[in-house]
Amino acid sequence: MSNTNSQLVRMDRRTALKAAGAGFVALGFASAAHATPEAAAEALAKLSGGAAAATSDKITISLPEIAENGATVPVGITVDSPMTAASFVKQIHVFAEGNPSPETITFNLTPTGTADVNTRIRLSKTQNVLVAAVMNDGSVLTNKKEVKVTIGGCGG
Amino acid sequence: MANKPRVKLPKSAKAGEIVQIKTLASHDMETGNRKDKKGNKIPRLILNKFSCSFKGEELFGAIMHPSVSANPYIAFSITAKESGTYDFTWTDDNGEVTKVSQDMSVS
Repeated sequence: MSNTNSQLVRMDRRTALKAAGAGFVALGFASAAHATPEAAAEALAKLSGGAAAATSDKITISLPEIAENGATVPVGITVDSPMTAASFVKQIHVFAEGNPSPETITFNLTPTGTADVNTRIRLSKTQNVLVAAVMNDGSVLTNKKEVKVTIGGCGG
Repeated sequence: MANKPRVKLPKSAKAGEIVQIKTLASHDMETGNRKDKKGNKIPRLILNKFSCSFKGEELFGAIMHPSVSANPYIAFSITAKESGTYDFTWTDDNGEVTKVSQDMSVS
């Protein structure tokens, strides 16, 4: 009787382990397939050295409210800066929260022209697009905008 | 790269004028996430770096990730200072560099 009992327990544990294993695999897959807002926030925190970056309306993001095709979403970023040797935007980072990897594009700027860049990005689903501007003094400004995506653009 | 990237830069500008530069490279920007009909992963191959330089000094650059659209379009602006040749380069994952040069005269 005790033998059967222990067998039962063993079976139970095995099943439980299997289930746990399957759960782990499923989780792992999910995180590999899609980044999370946390991953994007983490990447942002790295830029500012862990300090919380200030949300600023100095950054203007022009994105369509609804993107019919996620494969090419036009994005324009303007940062209000004099762009002189004393005060300029050093880098502009673009993160897509819901893409397989949040990093999208990084612009390296020098004190010339205006801090105004345009490009086209892929968005896999409806999500927030985060923009972080690193100034020459090391301060980081951020802003974000939500885009509704009808057809995702990351393939697979 | 199959076709030469296109660069739109004015032929002439006044000194101190802010000039917009538009670039369009033709590239699939394969993300590495897609699968072919047999279910095999298509390896990643993208242009990962763009650079615009004048007399050896980088004025503007970009680091691209797979989330940049196919045929990457990048537009930015510079201040016209002196006449000369602007060099634009794109680097892909294999290290292959495509270069386009264009002159602008500044008066």
